Amino acid sequence: MKIVALAGSIVGSKTKTAMLKTVEMLKQKYPEHEVKLLDLAEYTVEFSDGRNYFEYEGDTKYVTETIMTADALIIGTPTFQASIPATLKNIFDLLPVNAFRDKVVSSVVTAGTAKHYLMVEQQLKPVLAYMKAHIVPTYVFIEEKDFLRKEIVNDDILFRLERLVEDTVLTVEAFESIRAKKDKEYDF
Amino acid sequence: MEQYRINPSKGMEFGLYSLGDHIPNPITGERISASQRINELIEASKLAEQAGIDVFGVGESHQTYFTTQAHTVVLGAIAQATSKIKITSSATVLSVSDPVRVYEDFATIDLISDGRAEIVAGRGSRVGAYHLLGINLQDYEEIFEEKLELLKKINEEDHVTWQGEFRAPLQNAHILPQPKKGSIPIWRAVGGPPASAIKAGHMGIPMMLTTLGGPAVNFKHSVDAYREAAEQSGFDSNSLPIATTSLFYVADTTKEALQGMYPHINGGFQAIRGDGYPKQQFAQAPDTRDALMVGSTQQIIEKILYQNELYDMQRFMAQIDFGGVPFEKIMKNIEIIGNDIIPAIKKYTAK
Repeated sequence: MKIVALAGSIVGSKTKTAMLKTVEMLKQKYPEHEVKLLDLAEYTVEFSDGRNYFEYEGDTKYVTETIMTADALIIGTPTFQASIPATLKNIFDLLPVNAFRDKVVSSVVTAGTAKHYLMVEQQLKPVLAYMKAHIVPTYVFIEEKDFLRKEIVNDDILFRLERLVEDTVLTVEAFESIRAKKDKEYDF
Repeated sequence: MEQYRINPSKGMEFGLYSLGDHIPNPITGERISASQRINELIEASKLAEQAGIDVFGVGESHQTYFTTQAHTVVLGAIAQATSKIKITSSATVLSVSDPVRVYEDFATIDLISDGRAEIVAGRGSRVGAYHLLGINLQDYEEIFEEKLELLKKINEEDHVTWQGEFRAPLQNAHILPQPKKGSIPIWRAVGGPPASAIKAGHMGIPMMLTTLGGPAVNFKHSVDAYREAAEQSGFDSNSLPIATTSLFYVADTTKEALQGMYPHINGGFQAIRGDGYPKQQFAQAPDTRDALMVGSTQQIIEKILYQNELYDMQRFMAQIDFGGVPFEKIMKNIEIIGNDIIPAIKKYTAK
């Protein structure tokens, strides 16, 4: 199984801190799976201009192709103006309409205030659903006060991240078996 | 319909078209040479003619996995190799070419073929040509409308005086050579959604509509919107032909057809769009109501007749070579089309 963890912002440290922790948990719990972290701060990604994702060059091609080969994507996003950052939306815009078909997508969200706790429901999930993702229903919402100097200091968050990692992997397995069962019905 | 060289009393026309895609055969992983691919297309046009197929089309796409970028040259070769079949583009990406030059090319093909050439002009669903040929994608909508208007004007007028934004003006220009009968049929290529069908209707130009898959009834909106727009703009919609197109694979049994087509449609979409064709959706495709033309001979006949009732179109165009289909399978498809499918649909649609 290929799992890609995406830190969706090019500024700040909280989302990246959360994603580093997520990746650490994934690697520890599932050493048999291939895990890759894509931190958008480390790449220069072009704005979507209508090309197929594989027709870009450099970082844009690398980032989109890496996402497209994943079985599961864990998206880490901060909250900017009550929504996802433009850098993350640009990734979605670069990909085909049905990019997340047969992929499991789960989310980790950071925000400066608890007022944003429904941001994922209202802003991110509709996009993922449109792109045909199998969405892991629960997500981990992390506030400013849960971090201290680039560490997560709230045990509740750590437990929830562990459960998110588990749910992501189990959901991939569940959908794999559904697909295998469906495919067995077809003789083509 | 006569000016578009269509005679409805003879029944609906059946055509083949190719995008000239050059994709490895997903079953063997091997890709034939560009030379073999192009020569097999020319060979297929001869077989199509022998099988009684009415039209043969070749389109252009300027990027990886395609090989008929110079589609007019291939059409010229087909004009020479055949003697009865109509020759069309499928489509010409007019936005990246000069309408004068396009007209010169197709008028020449019309002369070589003794009056069998047509143009299907489109905007292109892939953007490769724009980048390669230096056309600003920003002008995507407007550049096409302007160029199509000019192309239509050249076709209708002996001496053309014209001025626009994207090309140098023409001052009483006589475009040569002239086609055999002074004009050739020009169609507008239209994708699924109604927006460009409506534009085609307002322009009073025949429409070639892609119906690549999903419920056939979904494309009915575009057909209705086209005819309504034509009427609004003062054209008689009964005098404007409609063609529909779909990916196509026929075999003796449904199972054989599904098995024969799936690796190609899935591999083809994977190569040119970056995502494959879902099996679950493909499994629904043999249903009469689904636009994707896959199934047994009888299923295909029923699908085409169902669509003919739904759209009342004058021509159906089948794409039988998408995704690295080997030539022997193409030959087999042409054989079934000629022996069984065309006689059945002509019988039901001839007036």
